[in-house]
Amino acid sequence: MALKDILTPFTAWTNVFKPVVTIKDPFNDRPGAERYRGFHFNDTSKCIGCGSCEAICENEAIDLVPVEGIETKDGDSGLRPRVDYGRCCWCALCVDVCTTASLRLTNEYTWVTENPEDLRYTPGVDVKPWDNNELGWKKPEPNYHFFGQKRVSMPELHPEQRDKSFIEIVKGYSKEQAILEADRCVECGICIATCPAHMGIPDYIRAIREDNIEEGFKILYDTNPLPEICGRICTHKCETVCSVGNLGEALSIRWLKRYIADQVESEDYKRILQSDGIANNGKKVAVVGSGPAGLSAAHYLALMGYSVTIYEQFSQSGGMMRYGIPEYRLPYDQIDKDVNYILSLGVKIIYNTNVGKDISLSELKSKYDAVFAGTGLHLGRSTRIPGTDHKHVYQSIDLLNKITEGKEIHVAENIVVIGGGNVAMDITRSLARLQNIKYGKVSIIATSLEDENSMPADREEVVEAREEMATINPGWGPKEILIEDGNIKGLRVVKCLSIFDEEGRFNPKFDESNTNFFKADMIVESIGQGMDIEYISEDIKKDLEINNRGRIVVDELFQSGAKWLFIGGDIIQGPDVIHGIANGHKAAVGIDKYLNTNI
Amino acid sequence: MEKIKNIFNWEPDRSLYPEKDENGNLIVDLSSQKFTKVWHGPNHPGTTGNMAIELTLSGDEVVEAKTHVGYLHRGFEKLMERRLYIQCFPTCVRMCVAEPDYNEYLLARSVEELDNLEIPETAKWLRTLVLEMARLQTLLRTVPGQAGTLSLGMGVQWGVYLRDLVLDLFEELTGGRVYHMYIIPGGVRGLLPDGFKKRMEDVLLKIEDFIVRIDNLIFKNILFKKRTIGIGHIPAEWIDKYGVVGPNARAAGFKRDVRKDYPYLVYDQLDFDIATLTDSDVYARSLIRRQDLITTIDLIRQIMAKMPNDGDIKSPTPNVLHWKIPKGEVYVRSESSRGEYGFYTVSDGSEYPRRINLRGPSYTHAVVLLEKLLINANIADVHSIMVSLQTCPPEIER
Repeated sequence: MALKDILTPFTAWTNVFKPVVTIKDPFNDRPGAERYRGFHFNDTSKCIGCGSCEAICENEAIDLVPVEGIETKDGDSGLRPRVDYGRCCWCALCVDVCTTASLRLTNEYTWVTENPEDLRYTPGVDVKPWDNNELGWKKPEPNYHFFGQKRVSMPELHPEQRDKSFIEIVKGYSKEQAILEADRCVECGICIATCPAHMGIPDYIRAIREDNIEEGFKILYDTNPLPEICGRICTHKCETVCSVGNLGEALSIRWLKRYIADQVESEDYKRILQSDGIANNGKKVAVVGSGPAGLSAAHYLALMGYSVTIYEQFSQSGGMMRYGIPEYRLPYDQIDKDVNYILSLGVKIIYNTNVGKDISLSELKSKYDAVFAGTGLHLGRSTRIPGTDHKHVYQSIDLLNKITEGKEIHVAENIVVIGGGNVAMDITRSLARLQNIKYGKVSIIATSLEDENSMPADREEVVEAREEMATINPGWGPKEILIEDGNIKGLRVVKCLSIFDEEGRFNPKFDESNTNFFKADMIVESIGQGMDIEYISEDIKKDLEINNRGRIVVDELFQSGAKWLFIGGDIIQGPDVIHGIANGHKAAVGIDKYLNTNI
Repeated sequence: MEKIKNIFNWEPDRSLYPEKDENGNLIVDLSSQKFTKVWHGPNHPGTTGNMAIELTLSGDEVVEAKTHVGYLHRGFEKLMERRLYIQCFPTCVRMCVAEPDYNEYLLARSVEELDNLEIPETAKWLRTLVLEMARLQTLLRTVPGQAGTLSLGMGVQWGVYLRDLVLDLFEELTGGRVYHMYIIPGGVRGLLPDGFKKRMEDVLLKIEDFIVRIDNLIFKNILFKKRTIGIGHIPAEWIDKYGVVGPNARAAGFKRDVRKDYPYLVYDQLDFDIATLTDSDVYARSLIRRQDLITTIDLIRQIMAKMPNDGDIKSPTPNVLHWKIPKGEVYVRSESSRGEYGFYTVSDGSEYPRRINLRGPSYTHAVVLLEKLLINANIADVHSIMVSLQTCPPEIER
């Protein structure tokens, strides 16, 4: 102990001469830092109400609530997060997980209110003073993600391996790939609302993650009896609304569905789905057409105990799925796999029987308690431009039918396909293969009114068609098929400026000065299909209501004006497999209701 | 003169009380009315959280001490068993308010070890930086805080001001001042903001000036020396017996530091020494912490100079909403300002931890060691000794 130990502490007095360090008014003088995790703000126009913020919040401080002025629509639940500041700990995990980057925390941190209820509010909806604060916590950058942003790419045949054959292109996910892809799902369920069949998508994706294929398979069959087919060619509206797709790539929901179906062997179906020993209820239902709608209705009716008989005009089942979609997209053995299970439930199919010609609808009415008609769209539409009456101008649907049946078709050296939809791509790619087989080269041009960005075909179809050496030249309107000496020389086209008028009606506008000529020996028209309802006799038709667009009006359970007749599928909702399946399911419920209550 | 000296060196005659039996053991008979029961805490300005020490006094001398906890119990370890791993991340920080970052780091490290996940190099440096900043801000409170327990509050105010400057830097980097929630399984949540290094250096210079000032105020203060030298002596043989770690062990001559003994993050790339002393009293422990403060400043400067300025901050992880951690168990550790701080994590292969157990230094220091250390201490030194062990009650009850 020295004297300096007594004196040295007094040097602290020198601090008296230093400036003060405290802030007089911290409320005004000190804004939060640029990254400060203060009060919430939500850009409600970007938010889709997926609920990931609610799922990740460890304090259950966030609830998704309905908000006035925001409607539920495809890809938007219509709900928005409400934050309870009695529970929130400002960790900002809700911001980091947000699938749209709409939610953020501002750098505002002082708020005084008399009403404790105010502390539970809906950011972005309830106006707050900090709504325009640009600073605050945002989703960190770069490469900071809470779930995978990129799809697991699907193994496919290389173009050179597939351009001369109809072997299926897509190989399917391996277990590891499927689990990796399934892991990206945030289980928001927005896809369920958009899927016409309202499939339990997050549930079966979870089953994949947990490697519980049988559970996933059961979930598929709850709403969709054609998983092998849908797993390959579904229009996957679910993927277009997938919340993960807002900042990254949407989940490959279709391929995941296919993965489940591919893992289950045919002989295990009945055991897994527990569909043995269904008691027959003694009632009979006829189904016209074995397309997706007919098969779906037959499946669910059979499960309810009805005796179901399907009448099919072709020699094989599947309708447009077999006769419209090429085998490289949907192999026939996969259709058989799905159909055979439905047949194993006791459903009968009478092939080569055209209702309307071989047996009348009235006859079915007298033999069965109810009838479901899912007859599809089988009539090709023509552009009716000069030259379409030439014998080498074909309808795509006729050619696809013949390819399925294994019949010889005319394949010219130079072909032009008119149309930009999926069917146009199907015939283009089928003919390209046939050209390759026959001539060893491809010379086919597909052209459409729509430009590259608005072509209705799936993007991957266009890409793959180009990989197979087909030329896709969109944005042209067909004017005339040039014929010389009885032979087609080509298609004259003009530039298409717009397709729809201001009122949204089909009314294409052309730039007549901008013309082009596609050389061809053969033209295929593929601009959509129409329905043929000639099989409905006049005495039945008088009970039906037909709307101004020529479509038959049915109720929500697909019951037509003639109470015993239920109609669904493409002729009601337009060409789409998953809509057909959903219609068939609902119609089965409707038929059951009709036969049990006679309403 | 001799008289004056005697006043300074006066010691009471303790030969009569408390009474001892023929074997030298204390006879504590409360009914004799020769003893006083005093509850030091749970709400006592000298405690560093809600914790009580039940003291039995003979005169002003402690003859029995019993630590009572249970006033802060929020059940975080149990809560985490009901939460996804990612949801544990904002929960676990609350297990130690003073240094939340070690909890974040250990949770993230547990997950990464169990799932065999490597984190980006930049994230490693940023994690090290944040852990050292956490040590810095704790020591800024603790070092002058020791004098605070002896009613010398001026140094505490200087330290709290400087700690606020460090918290400003935390706010810039992590978005939070106290609960930073920055180290996330897979990496960290942000790069250094522009100009951060410059602002950090400004603060470090101020802290260096502060060290000179507290040297004068505290460490060269006769009263502080009188009240701390020889007080709360931890014998060397107790160190292993009672699981004493960190500065408390180093003040007794044990050169132990997880950063050196089991290097983690980028500590093996940093040049630093571990200070030791042998006196093992309150003064020695304070000096060790003062030395730690200097080491931390040096480490932060090294990190700032060596760390990469950009790069990925987070490795890709499985979807955090259903991240299943492979079955297994792991013990991960780090050196907090109080010593070895570890998480023992057991995963049953599900999305939720089966068990996360915190091995915190305060448990052994404040419950096991403190009860022994207070025997024969003067009641006026009780909270000085407790603070010298740097006890953190929230960490005992989790």
